[in-house]
Amino acid sequence: MQRFTYTQARSAEAVPGTGARIIAGGTTLYDLMKLDIETPAALLDVTTIPGLDGIAFAGDELVFGALARMSDAAEHPEVLRRCPVLAESLAKAASQQLRNMATLGGNLLQRTRCPYFRNGAHYPCNKRAPGSGCAALEGLDRGHALLGGSEACIAVYPGDWAVALVAMDATLDLLGPRGARSLKVAALHRLPGDAPQQETVLEPGEMILRIRVPVGPIGRASTYHKIRDRESYAFALVSAAVALDMEQGVVREARIALGGVATRPWRVPEAEAVLAGRRLDRALALEAGRAAFAAARPGRHNGFKVVLGTEAVADAVMIAAERSQRP
Amino acid sequence: MDDDPAGVPPAISPCLTRREAGLGAALVAGLAPAAAQAAQATPGATLRLVLRVNGKAVDTMVDPRTSLLDLLREQLHLTGAKKGCDHGQCGACTVHLDGRRVASCLTLAAKAQDRRVLTIEGLAPPGGALHPMQQAFIDHDALQCGYCTPGQVMAAVSCVREGHVTDAAQIREYMSGNICRCGAYTGIVAAIQDAATRMREG
Repeated sequence: MQRFTYTQARSAEAVPGTGARIIAGGTTLYDLMKLDIETPAALLDVTTIPGLDGIAFAGDELVFGALARMSDAAEHPEVLRRCPVLAESLAKAASQQLRNMATLGGNLLQRTRCPYFRNGAHYPCNKRAPGSGCAALEGLDRGHALLGGSEACIAVYPGDWAVALVAMDATLDLLGPRGARSLKVAALHRLPGDAPQQETVLEPGEMILRIRVPVGPIGRASTYHKIRDRESYAFALVSAAVALDMEQGVVREARIALGGVATRPWRVPEAEAVLAGRRLDRALALEAGRAAFAAARPGRHNGFKVVLGTEAVADAVMIAAERSQRP
Repeated sequence: MDDDPAGVPPAISPCLTRREAGLGAALVAGLAPAAAQAAQATPGATLRLVLRVNGKAVDTMVDPRTSLLDLLREQLHLTGAKKGCDHGQCGACTVHLDGRRVASCLTLAAKAQDRRVLTIEGLAPPGGALHPMQQAFIDHDALQCGYCTPGQVMAAVSCVREGHVTDAAQIREYMSGNICRCGAYTGIVAAIQDAATRMREG
């Protein structure tokens, strides 16, 4: 591991000017530093900034401090009651040890688990060494993207929380060198295109302060359905975040986003449109699942995810619908 | 949480690691290859770190790259927490930081500044009875080689304190961060269920 300096921040205002790399829980960054994939010369620990770890409702908005721990949000009773898709996306991610360490802001910025990216210089990787090529395109692509890939990169965005937030139309409050701004979570991650090393639209030194989620009529009837190789503590083979607004068996509005199959959190309006205004049954839910994967481009080893994902979306829709009947 | 056990011996002082003393490197490497790549203890130690470990004050210098696990094992000689994967995937390094279980291999030692660390060595007072969780692991044969056991026990104590022991399925879910290659999972779940009762009583 390369040498670096380590400093603790005392206020958010002090972060943008330092030029240092921000570290929060460190579960991604320190991990990748051990692999010599991340090589920052200076680290600024932001977890020492007070006042950014709260979780609160402000009217119809749920506000998460960026430094709240995953485990706190995963078990927050009001989050569970009013927007289970958010709590479930966190509870089904990582292990309790890592959820105690990782923050809600940092979680959004976790990097891909593509083995060709993580396993270093033996393999070409445009994300790790721009211009070197992509070993996954001709390699073992069982864990790679069916949606949003490019000739340069088909690495999957591995997170769950961001997928749930995209389904819920969440917004980020940011503080950067050019001041404060807000950004939809859906606009945070870039498609890989020909520059897969640029994963987000954040500027250097820009920090996520808060995550705001509108929770109105849509939220209670929601779920995060995650299919894994083992039952717990694994990244998604495919996942579906679904939230419904229903009245007497008819879908007023549907939100669907996919995880584990795309290069960024993947909202599927074409699947949402299948459900809108129609009486829900299992056949319609399957139709939405098929629409969600209509644009999928499977590689050699990941074609099974089209079938698996279609069923996962349908199951998630039915689970969310069941919750709309709760008082 | 009970991070300051009573009747503890004097403060821990950093001194030569086994590796620096020229001992045990091959032995350790044979058991856990990742240990052979541990961060250096003394050269580059530019960061002053003050914390409490098992109730005792620690004041030491570390290289900023040092993980909490390497600080505990290589500088403080608390070798209970194990280095399995060194990437947060196996749970063998689990300790409590300010009362919460964490993967010490993915925790920068620097992050423990002014905080409380509890390791398996501090779980029960020296010379007395074992912690109910340790005793339950013995009673239920919840280990074979024992390498993952300190991490399992520290995670299990948290699992009980968090209230994640309503049934076997919930225990399995909240213990999924601790891998046991011997496959002692049935005994581990039974031990946790037993210890949860004893911890509530005692």
